[in-house]
Amino acid sequence: MKRILILIPIIIGLVINSCSSNDTKASDATTYSKGQSLVNDEVSQQNILQIAIGSSDHSTLVTAVQAADLEDVLANAGPLTVFAPNNAAFEKLPEGVVADLLKPENKAKLAHIITYHAAPGKYTGNMIKGVMGIGQATGDKVNVEIVDGETLVNGAKILGTVEASNGVVHVIDSVLLPPEK
Amino acid sequence: MKNKTLLIRILISLLGIALIASCGSQGSNNGALGGDAAAQVYVAPGEQDEFYAFISGGFSGQLTVHGLPSCRLLKTIPVFSVDGEKGYGFNEETKPLLNTSHGFIPWDDSHHPELSQTNGETDGRWVFINGNNTPRVARVDLSLFETVEIIELPNSGGNHSSPFTTMNTEYVVAGTRFGVPVPQKDQSIKNYASKFKGALSFIKVDPESGEMSLAFQVLMPAFDYDLAHAGKGKSHGWMFFSSYNTEESHTLLEVNASQNDKDFIAAVNWKKAEEFLAQGKAHKMPARYAHNLFDEKTQTATSTIMTEVNVLLPEECPGLVYFMPTPKSPHGVDVNPTGEYIVGSGKLSANLTAHSFTNMLDAIENEKFDGDAYGIPILNFDDTVAGVVESGGLGPLHTEFDDRGNAYTSFFITSEVVKWEVGTWEVLDRAPSYYSIGHLMVPGGDSQKPEGKYLVAMNKITKDRFLPTGPEVAQSAQLYDISGDKMKLLYDFPTMGEPHYAQGISAGRIIPNSKKIFRLEDNEHPHAIKNEAESKVVRNGNTVRVYMTSIRSHFAPDNIEGIRVGDEVYFHITNLEQDYDVPHGFSVMGAQNAELLIMPGQTETLLWKPLYEGVYPFYCTDFCSALHQEMQGYVRVSPKGSNTPITWNVGG
Repeated sequence: MKRILILIPIIIGLVINSCSSNDTKASDATTYSKGQSLVNDEVSQQNILQIAIGSSDHSTLVTAVQAADLEDVLANAGPLTVFAPNNAAFEKLPEGVVADLLKPENKAKLAHIITYHAAPGKYTGNMIKGVMGIGQATGDKVNVEIVDGETLVNGAKILGTVEASNGVVHVIDSVLLPPEK
Repeated sequence: MKNKTLLIRILISLLGIALIASCGSQGSNNGALGGDAAAQVYVAPGEQDEFYAFISGGFSGQLTVHGLPSCRLLKTIPVFSVDGEKGYGFNEETKPLLNTSHGFIPWDDSHHPELSQTNGETDGRWVFINGNNTPRVARVDLSLFETVEIIELPNSGGNHSSPFTTMNTEYVVAGTRFGVPVPQKDQSIKNYASKFKGALSFIKVDPESGEMSLAFQVLMPAFDYDLAHAGKGKSHGWMFFSSYNTEESHTLLEVNASQNDKDFIAAVNWKKAEEFLAQGKAHKMPARYAHNLFDEKTQTATSTIMTEVNVLLPEECPGLVYFMPTPKSPHGVDVNPTGEYIVGSGKLSANLTAHSFTNMLDAIENEKFDGDAYGIPILNFDDTVAGVVESGGLGPLHTEFDDRGNAYTSFFITSEVVKWEVGTWEVLDRAPSYYSIGHLMVPGGDSQKPEGKYLVAMNKITKDRFLPTGPEVAQSAQLYDISGDKMKLLYDFPTMGEPHYAQGISAGRIIPNSKKIFRLEDNEHPHAIKNEAESKVVRNGNTVRVYMTSIRSHFAPDNIEGIRVGDEVYFHITNLEQDYDVPHGFSVMGAQNAELLIMPGQTETLLWKPLYEGVYPFYCTDFCSALHQEMQGYVRVSPKGSNTPITWNVGG
């Protein structure tokens, strides 16, 4: 019994400690990172982020988006056109490239590559077939061409298209690599 | 032993409760805000805020006034939309303010408030705001906090690039967002590029009265002119307009206006324009636009339809306009406090472009042009650019400045504010916004003397920031402390309509001029009466004028007979009070417009058209006194053609 009573101040200490660490976080607004991607909404049409998360074929892309801290961008109002490489597309990259990009020190590089897969505006159907190129969010352009009835984006084939609440997702079979600066 | 286990269980569950209880409240505000943030926005009861913020009401058409740092709403000023609360646009005195060449328009979309400036500093005299839909600019008098003037813009469609002011409020500008046929006429939309034009209007502001007049328009190619800012300091005399849709597309702009890698910032030398006007270079074009002015003496607005406008054609006026190529559909064009850098925010890109005014002048002097567009010289991008901010964000929209050499840019797509240093173009800090920020505001942040203490982020998306209120939620704004190295989020607050832009100013620059009452002896309203003895009811055919007074706690007269169905009854009510914050309201049953809200010393008029015979009460709507509930009266309405004599009385 006595030994249990001794626990009480320890418990109180724990409570105080847990809150004071919270307070430290609290005073720094930059740690306040609850963004649009965490809005709880089971009713609305799915946004680009939710579509990607829901697709088992895109787990590598989702991991990369999370590592690059771009979830909120894909949940934003958009509209965005996102070319979403599937897992097989990432596997086509030389061994070790993906693992390397996922390292924290390569976050900016990874973010640049992912951003190169997104364009402001909703390019669907005939609209994407009618343009020569699309200006990506990085400021670079990707080429669009129709070969044997297939739509190719910088050579990557569009395998399928999913409409999102905040734009459109075109699943592609290769990762797009931005031009070197 | 059993007891021991039970005790441990109890203690563990207590620990759980304690953790939830002690941290739960922070969890509910997302664990972000420490007590010091709360203290920073806390303005104790009875204390006043440090700054005024004037925030556009967007599609409400109005302008809201908030105090900073509390973010409390102080007033909604009706500008372009009728407002039943104040009778604005419903009473006879203010109806003419909403007149246009298209007739009476009860609504518009207000976008960008801009304070008047003297020597590059906000002076607290007037705030201008643009109406986007039926193109107009309004002037709000900051001694009254009321709209006192609205001028319409001819040859325009969508007055978005407006109403940015020059250093001494010589001009406020109004660039058209939509190209239109000039003059307006039946025209195939397919002829957009060849037949449509984009007018940049320069509105002269009288330095004493503030009265606006349309001095001239520069007739430009039909690009979409988006925003503007005046040169200051060394660049005083120039006005910079951002543009997009240099593709001159007229359909599916979402795709078609995003094709060019660069659009233009148009640099207009307005001092040169004045020379061209003096030389008689302007074309006098027929036009139709309303100029509406509220006279404080008569407390009545008048509307005049103007019929002519001076138009300058750039191809006839060398040196008037130059184009500076700027990447990817620039939205904001913002000039730093020294006037040296003109910052374009290419909303479809990741980076910001800072042009140097010195470089621009040098390129012009040496005629380093990269061709022309419709006869307007295009400067080389590489010649004017001074720096590029590699922001790391996406969708930059708008930049304001502080007084320490820093700039703050809003990024819509990455939903953040990025702080960077002017000159080194280095990013210093970034802070998320909730969610999807449009414009931002630092008090004085677009003048030569910013007061870099707070920043207000005006957001486009709200979702879960406040308690849910059905499908429509108020748009959110956020207050940041920017006085330190790191920006610090302090507070969330809801706004009215859509907050497109705001202006902030130290309260001390406005307080001394803010009026408390209208002086009764200065009231020159044609239907004012100065005491109860003058009250009367006068019939002239079907028109009946009731000359009424209000004072705590009765109207005079308060019993009226002899009104007939089919009459048009004008209640001209003078509030005899000469006491701060004692307005009287007036409403009468069956009125198809609104109430009157009459300030002390003011006269306002409500038109009432009774449809049926009967006896109808009227009463004071604004709780004025202990006997407010007794402040009432009756008006008797007899059938059409009846001969009930006109009588009136109070207390008799």
